[in-house]
Amino acid sequence: MKVEPRLHFHMPLQRTPFHARTSAANVLNQWGNWSGYTTALVFEDEAMEYSAIRNAASLYDLCPMVKYRFTGPDAAACLDRLTLRAASRLSVGGVHYTAWCDDAGKFLDDGTLFRLGPEDFRLCCQERHLPWLIDSALGFDVRVREETEEVAALSLQGPCSAVVLQAAGFDVSALKPFRMMSLPFGDGTLLISRTGFTGDLGYELWTTPDQALRLWDHLTVAGRPWGIRPVGSSALNLARIEAGFVITNMDFIAAHQAVREDRTRSPIEMALDWMIDWDKGHFNGRRALLAEREGKTSRWAFVGLDVPGNVPATGAVIYAGKTKEAGFVTAAEWLPTAKRNVALAHIERKYLKSDLWADIYALRELQYARLMLPVTVTERPFFNPARKRATPPGRF
Amino acid sequence: MPSLDCIVIGGGTNGLACAARLARKGRRVLVLEASGAPGGGAAGGGFAPGFRSPGLAHIVHMIDPRVADILALDRHGLGYHTISLASTALSATGDHLRLDGAFGASLTGTISAEDRAAWAELRARLMRFAAALAPFRGLTPPRLARAPGNDWAQLARLGLGVRRMGKTDFREFLRMFLINVWDVLNDELTDDRLKGLVAFDATLGSWLGPRSPNSLLLLLNRLSGEVAGQQGALALPKGGMPAVAAALASAAEAAGVTIRTGTAVARIDVVGDKVIGVTLANGEELRAHRVVSAISPKTTLLSLLGPRHLDTGATMRIQHQKSRGGAAKLHLALSALPDFMGADPKTRLVIAPSADHVERAFNPVKYGEVPAAPVMEVVIPSAFEPGLAPDGQHVLSAVVQYAPHAPKAGEDAARAAMLEATLATLETHAPGVRKLIVGQKMLMPYDIERRYGMPGGNWHHGELSVEQMLFLRPASGMAQYASPVPGLWLASAGTHPGGGISGASGWNAAGRILEEARA
Repeated sequence: MKVEPRLHFHMPLQRTPFHARTSAANVLNQWGNWSGYTTALVFEDEAMEYSAIRNAASLYDLCPMVKYRFTGPDAAACLDRLTLRAASRLSVGGVHYTAWCDDAGKFLDDGTLFRLGPEDFRLCCQERHLPWLIDSALGFDVRVREETEEVAALSLQGPCSAVVLQAAGFDVSALKPFRMMSLPFGDGTLLISRTGFTGDLGYELWTTPDQALRLWDHLTVAGRPWGIRPVGSSALNLARIEAGFVITNMDFIAAHQAVREDRTRSPIEMALDWMIDWDKGHFNGRRALLAEREGKTSRWAFVGLDVPGNVPATGAVIYAGKTKEAGFVTAAEWLPTAKRNVALAHIERKYLKSDLWADIYALRELQYARLMLPVTVTERPFFNPARKRATPPGRF
Repeated sequence: MPSLDCIVIGGGTNGLACAARLARKGRRVLVLEASGAPGGGAAGGGFAPGFRSPGLAHIVHMIDPRVADILALDRHGLGYHTISLASTALSATGDHLRLDGAFGASLTGTISAEDRAAWAELRARLMRFAAALAPFRGLTPPRLARAPGNDWAQLARLGLGVRRMGKTDFREFLRMFLINVWDVLNDELTDDRLKGLVAFDATLGSWLGPRSPNSLLLLLNRLSGEVAGQQGALALPKGGMPAVAAALASAAEAAGVTIRTGTAVARIDVVGDKVIGVTLANGEELRAHRVVSAISPKTTLLSLLGPRHLDTGATMRIQHQKSRGGAAKLHLALSALPDFMGADPKTRLVIAPSADHVERAFNPVKYGEVPAAPVMEVVIPSAFEPGLAPDGQHVLSAVVQYAPHAPKAGEDAARAAMLEATLATLETHAPGVRKLIVGQKMLMPYDIERRYGMPGGNWHHGELSVEQMLFLRPASGMAQYASPVPGLWLASAGTHPGGGISGASGWNAAGRILEEARA
C-alpha cells in the first residue's frame, strides 16, 4: 500500500499488497521489519505454521523481497559479469540460485535469477544493491531497475502445494523444479515458478499488486481442504535452516555493509563455490577467487553441525579442544522433521579437523546454564525429500 | 605463438620511451600510433599556409634523464636553443619583470629589494623541496595492500633522502607540500607580477586555481623534473617539439622498435582472462605476449578493453578518475613580429597580472563558462629559428587558461568566446597584434580530446592532483603499471609520475614489465 510520500513518517514501515489479508489473519499481532515492510513473524501458532510447510500447504508473503529487472540485448552478458553463474546459459523460463561478489571476491548477496525472456531477467535478493547493479551495467546495453513495488509475490510451499494449485485451476503437473510458467489470472497474468526457500515441494506466484488480494483469496479457498494457512517468518526460518539455506546478513555479512575487515566472506568460505562458473569469462571477483582457490588462502569454512541434546546452539562460540576459539554459530534450531539438533557455523579452516565444542548459553528461568557440548561437522541439507524433485509432483 | 613480444598502443613520448626500453632488452616491439606521426602531445603540424605550429606542447619542462641519457636523444638529433628560457611577466603598462635562469634565478625590472630577497629565499627553498621529490619520479608507486611486495629498501632510501634535508627544512616541507600556492605567495611576496607568474606556473595544465588545495604540489612536481641536468628547466628544442618526437622515434627505431603510424586500435583482445593482442580499426588482428597502452587509462580500460573484463569496483574507479582539462591552445600566424611593449620576444611571455587574476580566470570554468580575462603563456618559436613561418612573418603559440572542457554555451560558441577573450587580452599587452593575424587556430580542451585522445582535454591523461598521484594514479589497485587483466600494461601520463613530455611513465612501466619477465 502506498502512502503520500510527504507523509511517509506516519507509516515508517510499508505495507505489502497482501496486508489487508495478512493483518486480518495475524491474530497474535506479531510483526517484524523486513526490508522496510511490516511482515508477520507468526500468525497464530509457529508450530502449526511450520507443520503446514512440511505436511500440508502454506502461504508466505514474499513482497518485501528485493526485485531487480535487467532488460536489453546485453542483459545476459551483464549478469554473466555480475554473478557467479552463467546467466547466458539459463534457458528462457528457467530459474537459478546465484550469488555475486565485489572485486575482492567477497559476497554481496545471493538470490534467484529468473529468465523471463531472451533479453529479460528478474533478480530477487535480500538486500538492496541498485547503485552496484547500475555501476555494473556500465559498458553493457542493458537497463537495470528496481521493481520490488511493482510485483506482488506469494510463496506456496508444502507437499500439498501442487494439489492446491490444481484445485485452484492452475495445472502445474508438468512444471519441473526451477522452471516457471505464465497463466492468465484475473485482469492480469500469473507467473508460477517451482521455487522456494523451504527445501520442499513448493511454488512461488508472481503477479501485479492489483491482483494480490484476489490471488490470496483464490488460493485460500482452493487450499482449504488441504489445510492451507498463512505462515510467518519464524516458521519459514525453521524450514530454511532444515533445508540448509543461508540468508544474507544473518549467516554472512554483505561485503558492502561489513564494517569490520574480517567479516566478509568469499563463496569458497561459504561453501557455495559449486556455483562458480570458472569458464564463462570474467565475472566480478574472479581474479581474487582464483587466487584464493590456487593459493588455498580461504580462512573460513561454513558448515552444518550436529549438536547433542535439544538446546539450540544459538549464537554459540565454537572452540577447538575446548580452549581455542574456532568459530561461531549463525543459526541453530532443533529440527522437528529431521528430529535433529543442528547449527550453521563459521569455523576457521585450520580447526576443521580438531575436536569442536559449542559453548552454549541455555536460558533456564532467568539464568543461563553454560553447556560445553561436543559438535561434529555434518552434511547439509539436513532435510532433502524426494518429493521436492518429483515431476509430476506427488498428490498428497 | 605470436611473433611480437609487445604491442605498444600510442606513439607519444611515453609509448616511445617504453617501447625503446623494452626493445633495448631484446624484446620485439611494435608501436601503433593512430595519427600520421609519432609524438602525441609533442607532434607538430601546419595550421595556416606556410606556418607550422610547435605542437600541443611548446616548452619542455622535463625529460626523464634516464630516457635522455640511455636513449642518447642528443645523438638522435635533439638539441636545445636554451634549457633556461627566460620569462617575462608582462605588465600592461610596459613595466615588465624578467626572470632569467632556472625558475627565475635572477630578476630584472623594477622590484623592491625586499621582494628580491624574499624571492631568492623562496625560490631556493622550493627548488630544494622539489629536488628531494625528484627520485620519486623513477619509482614504482608503493602499494598499501597487506602483502604488497614493495621495494622497502628503495622506499627507505627515498624517505631518508627527504628527511636528510634537515630538521628545519623538513618541518617546512611538511607544512608546505599540501597547501595552495596562493597562500605561499601572499605569505612571502608582494609583487603582483611575480606572484601572478608563479601562480600561473603552478596551475598550468591542471584543473586547479592558485587557491585550490594542494596547488603548490604541482609546482614542486614540475620543478622536480629536469632537462639535460637542469632542474626547473624551460627548454626550447631546436626544431620545436616535433624534434623531441622525432628524436624519440629515431631512438626507438634504432633500438629495434617498429612504429606504425595511421594505425588506430579498435579493441584489446582477451582470451581466457589474458590479453592476446589487439584488433585494429581496419579489422586486422595483431598478436603479442603483452600489450602496453600508452594512451589514456580511461580510454584503454573502458573503451578498448571494456568493463566486461574488469570488476565493477575497478571499472568505477577508472570511470571516476578526474580528467578535466582547463588549458586551451592558440596558434597565430602573424605577418610581423608583435611588440609586447618592449618585452624580449625571445622569452616566454606570461600574461598573469596577479595571483588573484589567475584565480579569477579559473572561476568561470567551474561553471562551464569562458573567462573574460584569461591568463596565458606565449612563445614565439619563429623568433628562435627560421622555417616555421615565411620570412619576416611569425608563429605565436599560447597556452591559455582557463577554458571550459564542457562549456554550457556549446562548443563552437565557447571556442569563439575564448578566442575573442584571448585576442583582446593579447591586444592589451601587444597593441596592434590583431592587425598582424593572418591565420589562427584555437584548440579548446574538447578539441584537444578529439585530436590527441586526452579525455577532457587534460594534458596528463587524468588530472594531476594529490588524490590522483602515486598509488592513486590512475586508480588504486592499478598504480603499478599492471592493469587488472594479465598481459595488459598501462604506461601513459595517466600513470605515475604523470604528464609532461618526460617519458618517465613509459620508462617506469617498461621497467616493471622487464621485472615481471625476470620473475
